[in-house]
Amino acid sequence: MSTTTLAAPTATEQRRARRSPGGPTLSRPGFAWALPATLFFGLFALVPLVLVVVLSFTSWAGLGSPEYVGLDNWRRLARDPVMINSLWLSVLLTALGVLVQTPLSLLIGVWAAGPQRNRAVLSAIFFLPLLLSATAVSVLWRALLDPNFGVPGQAPWLFGDGNLFGSRTGAIAVLVFVGSWQFIPFHALIYQGAARAVPAVLYQAAEVDGAGRWGQFRHVTLPQLRNAMITSVVLMVVGGLTTFDTVLILTQGGPGTDTTITAYHMYEQAFRSFDFGAGAAIALLLVVVATVISLIVVRVSGYDRMRSTMEGL
Amino acid sequence: MKRHRPNWLAGLGAVAWLLLVGLPIYVMLAITVQTREGYGRNGPIALPDTFTLDNYTGAFDEGFGRYLLNTLVVTASVVGIVLLLVPPLAYAIVRSRSRLTSGVFRLFLLGLAIPAQAVIVPIFYLISKAGLYDNLVGVILPTAAFSLPVCALILSGVMRDITPDLYEAMAIDGASPARVFGQLVLPLSRGGIATIAVFSALQAWNGFLFPLILTQSDSTKVITLGLYNFQTQYGINIPGLLAAVVLSMVPVLLVYLFARRALVQGLMGVGGK
Repeated sequence: MSTTTLAAPTATEQRRARRSPGGPTLSRPGFAWALPATLFFGLFALVPLVLVVVLSFTSWAGLGSPEYVGLDNWRRLARDPVMINSLWLSVLLTALGVLVQTPLSLLIGVWAAGPQRNRAVLSAIFFLPLLLSATAVSVLWRALLDPNFGVPGQAPWLFGDGNLFGSRTGAIAVLVFVGSWQFIPFHALIYQGAARAVPAVLYQAAEVDGAGRWGQFRHVTLPQLRNAMITSVVLMVVGGLTTFDTVLILTQGGPGTDTTITAYHMYEQAFRSFDFGAGAAIALLLVVVATVISLIVVRVSGYDRMRSTMEGL
Repeated sequence: MKRHRPNWLAGLGAVAWLLLVGLPIYVMLAITVQTREGYGRNGPIALPDTFTLDNYTGAFDEGFGRYLLNTLVVTASVVGIVLLLVPPLAYAIVRSRSRLTSGVFRLFLLGLAIPAQAVIVPIFYLISKAGLYDNLVGVILPTAAFSLPVCALILSGVMRDITPDLYEAMAIDGASPARVFGQLVLPLSRGGIATIAVFSALQAWNGFLFPLILTQSDSTKVITLGLYNFQTQYGINIPGLLAAVVLSMVPVLLVYLFARRALVQGLMGVGGK
């Protein structure tokens, strides 16, 4: 007991003595403060990222140990028509998602940032889908759009034979619709936050210059929302390319393989066919494609340079 | 002054969106209080002519209570881990002058872009090798790890807003990093801490992929998996299925009512910064 109470202040004094008093590092935390979180994150996110590369060169069926097979998985994937189709499909669904969601969330976000009455109440309802899990959303729409018991059967003038899940176009339309329903609130929220941060003085200046509502939107709001728009689009791209639960629950990749996107193909290969090596290879491909597309969006838009100017503010 | 004129076009869009969100949720609620026969007769659009709560009690007969409990365990543990790890991490990111720490920040930014699907096969491998397959611990650990980047981003943004004067004042008093953390940083970032708690809770509550891949038996099933199961097994019983969906939303709605501000700020923080 007595030794610890004596030792503790001595140790503190020693540390104080080593530090130059008043120096720049005084009272600043060291790297040790970040260490536990970093190790934890490293173990579950970074080690697996390396491991996925290793596993893509192995054959593993879930039991025993993975066996090295070289480029075997990659060669098989290059010849797999479902795989190639799934990449196009992922890109198509992502592009459709971005095209549908961006204008709508921009409109709703800017509106929600405005000064209307009842806005708080309305936005609370707007953003409701944010709270629902992708599972709940998918189960809900699967039930509402059910060919036999759902809405389409009651409104043949709108839905034709009512079996939206039976055709390629129908199934893709359902996926785009449900994805938008779920994610527009999130992106609207991004735009709302950014639109609120636009300095009012810019609008006043635009007004002095005689800009109308459309002119203000076009020349003040839109340019000011550039950063938010890039963030939102990058999130849509990464999110779109890795959509999985929605497809699993709504279409099961069907009809046939018409909605078998890459992430779903990965799941089927790894966890349904127990071909974990091929699954790892697809997963790796998915990361590379998502990263490359995000980097292109960031580069083309000049977002990387903009971010540094933001930090200076 | 012109800005305060109503914007009819955007207002119209807003009302349309309101219907698009409100109607399906209303239809869902209306379906769940009908008997199966009543629903089969009337379909989803007509007004219900029967009223029953059997669909809700039925969900509990199908094991919903067990799933609810498992989800609570996962959510509470994930929030616990996040609250333990993220505040010191964010503090280091904002205040440390060490080169390693700025590297760590870049690492977590990179981590934001890693989708869970990308690493699900190796995580399955690691969790099986660790003997944690079909164990809630095996779901909790990766779920918590994947909430770290966003939470670190949100909280370091909040901590960055603490004025340097305050740090300097404490430094002149000779306060240790731990004292600065405990007496200055933690109290001033309470709002941000609430935000990351709500945010990680929501992610854990709604998590699907990790439970799907890493658990198997009924005793470790969480709510999202329960819904998926109901759907594949009792897909024809739409009122019962949707009652389970409604039940899965109730706890989230309760949290939302109390923590709306924290959640919305956190979500805005993701894109705003």
